[in-house]
Amino acid sequence: MKSAILLGALVLTVILLIALPWVVPYFYIFIGTEILIMGLFAASFNLVFGYTGMLSFGHAAFFGIGTYATAMLLLHLQWPLLACLLVSMGMGALLALVIGFLSVRLNEVYFAMLTLAFGMMVFSIAHMWRSVTNGSDGIAGFTLGAFGLGIDLTLGNPAVYYHVVLAIVIVASLVLYLICRSSFGLILQAIRQNAERVSFCGLNIRLYRLAAFTISGAFAGLAGGMMAPFLRVASPEMMHWSTSAEPVLMSILGGTGYFLGPYVGSALFVLLETWITSVTQAWMLFLGIVLALMVMFFRRGILGTFLDWWLDKK
Amino acid sequence: MTDPILNIHNLTKRFGGNTAVSGINLQVMPRETLAIIGPNGAGKTTFYNMVSGRMQPTEGTVELNGHDITGLKPHKISRMGVSRSFQINNIFPEMTVRQNVEVALSAFHGYSRKLFNLASGNRKVQEEADELLNRLSIGELSSQRAGIISYGDKRLLEIAVVLATRPKLVLLDEPTAGMTPEETRRVTKLIRSLADSGDYTFLITEHDMGVVFDLADRILVMHRGESLAVGTVEEVKNNPDVKKAYLGEDEDDEDGEKEAAV
Ligand SMILES: Nc1ncnc2c1ncn2[C@@H]1O[C@H](COP(=O)(O)OP(=O)(O)OP(=O)(O)O)[C@@H](O)[C@H]1O
Ligand SMILES: [Mg+2]
Repeated sequence: MKSAILLGALVLTVILLIALPWVVPYFYIFIGTEILIMGLFAASFNLVFGYTGMLSFGHAAFFGIGTYATAMLLLHLQWPLLACLLVSMGMGALLALVIGFLSVRLNEVYFAMLTLAFGMMVFSIAHMWRSVTNGSDGIAGFTLGAFGLGIDLTLGNPAVYYHVVLAIVIVASLVLYLICRSSFGLILQAIRQNAERVSFCGLNIRLYRLAAFTISGAFAGLAGGMMAPFLRVASPEMMHWSTSAEPVLMSILGGTGYFLGPYVGSALFVLLETWITSVTQAWMLFLGIVLALMVMFFRRGILGTFLDWWLDKK
Repeated sequence: MTDPILNIHNLTKRFGGNTAVSGINLQVMPRETLAIIGPNGAGKTTFYNMVSGRMQPTEGTVELNGHDITGLKPHKISRMGVSRSFQINNIFPEMTVRQNVEVALSAFHGYSRKLFNLASGNRKVQEEADELLNRLSIGELSSQRAGIISYGDKRLLEIAVVLATRPKLVLLDEPTAGMTPEETRRVTKLIRSLADSGDYTFLITEHDMGVVFDLADRILVMHRGESLAVGTVEEVKNNPDVKKAYLGEDEDDEDGEKEAAV
């Protein structure tokens, strides 16, 4: 019964998301696009954080390299968008593999510090390697060509691009969800709850942590790739450590214990930011207050707290 | 004569100036049940930690079926057929009881590398998990969250997880500690039947002498990290060093010894 209601709510949400460009003011098409992209970014982060139990503070590196990859391919080679995004995924995975290889051996705060440190290095490289990244100006001035697969789309139209992002986010999220529900996903959750017990079951937990980190990097790279046509620029700020904090905050806001938590967190984050910055400069103050209240009273996040309560009822 | 499954030579662990395990030599034969007894701090758990790869020995070697496994990582040693339980409950508290066993079964069968199967739809693993849980008489708890079941049931669950990887050599660290007498009887009976099946070699540390005398083919007595005596129950009971250092100096009090909770 309850799972039927949940499924119904999910289907309804997807229908509303599809209909969104026709029912909301033009401006909210951009907000919707950002929520979707950041939602996928946060969900990819949560595979590592909420499922595997590793707090990464360097995820902006994978997100950002995805943005750069797509922006550069569009600028220099005019590839179809889909091909660019696949490369973004690959670049995110590759960078995560390298950084993960050096980081997953460490636990908890040391892992967080090391991913933060690598994230800062990647940011600096993007900032200083002017001949490739164009420094702080970033990669801009690219045009949007074809989508790929022979599908004819006007990607420059915000409503069309919103639908493209929606379709990609849904497909990517389904893949990510399947991974979470697989035997591999079960092992990741076991590692979060008791890593030592898992290694005494005969598994090399470093390998599993690295695999989770790399998969996470791939989806973060994909999310970052979708940012390039949206922002029309790939700049070092995307790789700044403050960008790494966003998926952390979104996951905690929405709830790390449920797959959809980070998406809800992304919606809350982006909407609150939009509304609050339109009336006051003190966005960070409000974000701080909301976050403090969440951590003090709703540690399971908005979605998590609600679902825990609702699923427990009767 | 058959070769020992476990051959330990001069195994030693020092923590700074404190020698927790000191020059242990031991051979364990396949399918035997060896109890390790000794007062608190004797070095039993540290001994397990070195055999199972949790700690690097300071000195000495551990051979499993003739292969040197000294200092290998826990997952490697586990893969070679060694499984252990922990003195303090060591389960996956947020998972269901059945999922706890499924983790170990997925690891053993290699499903853990599958990214796109549905874990909860794996019939083979589920049936095997249920079978194991029934064998440990906690089958009816299978969909409960493991963190909320009773202490004794957690101990049983831990044994189920230990057995799920189909080990040849099983190290149990005080399996009955903290259990009710009824639960202790249940676990003792279970270990007895597993030992009788001839599929396992057991090492068991225990403070409950009733359990030790009931299960052990041989006993290793540890005292301050050293091996004080090894032998059958009778040999150990009559060993003067053991009497002196361990079971109490009063040699006439034969009955008292048996009851002594050490
Ligand atoms: N990680 C460690 N660091 C330092 N000292 C340790 C460590 N682990 C154990 N010890 C010391 O080694 C000695 C042996 O401890 P161990 O836990 O092996 O004893 P035990 O026989 O298992 O005792 P118990 O019956 O209480 O479980 C003790 O003096 C203990 O304080
Ligand atoms: Mg101990």
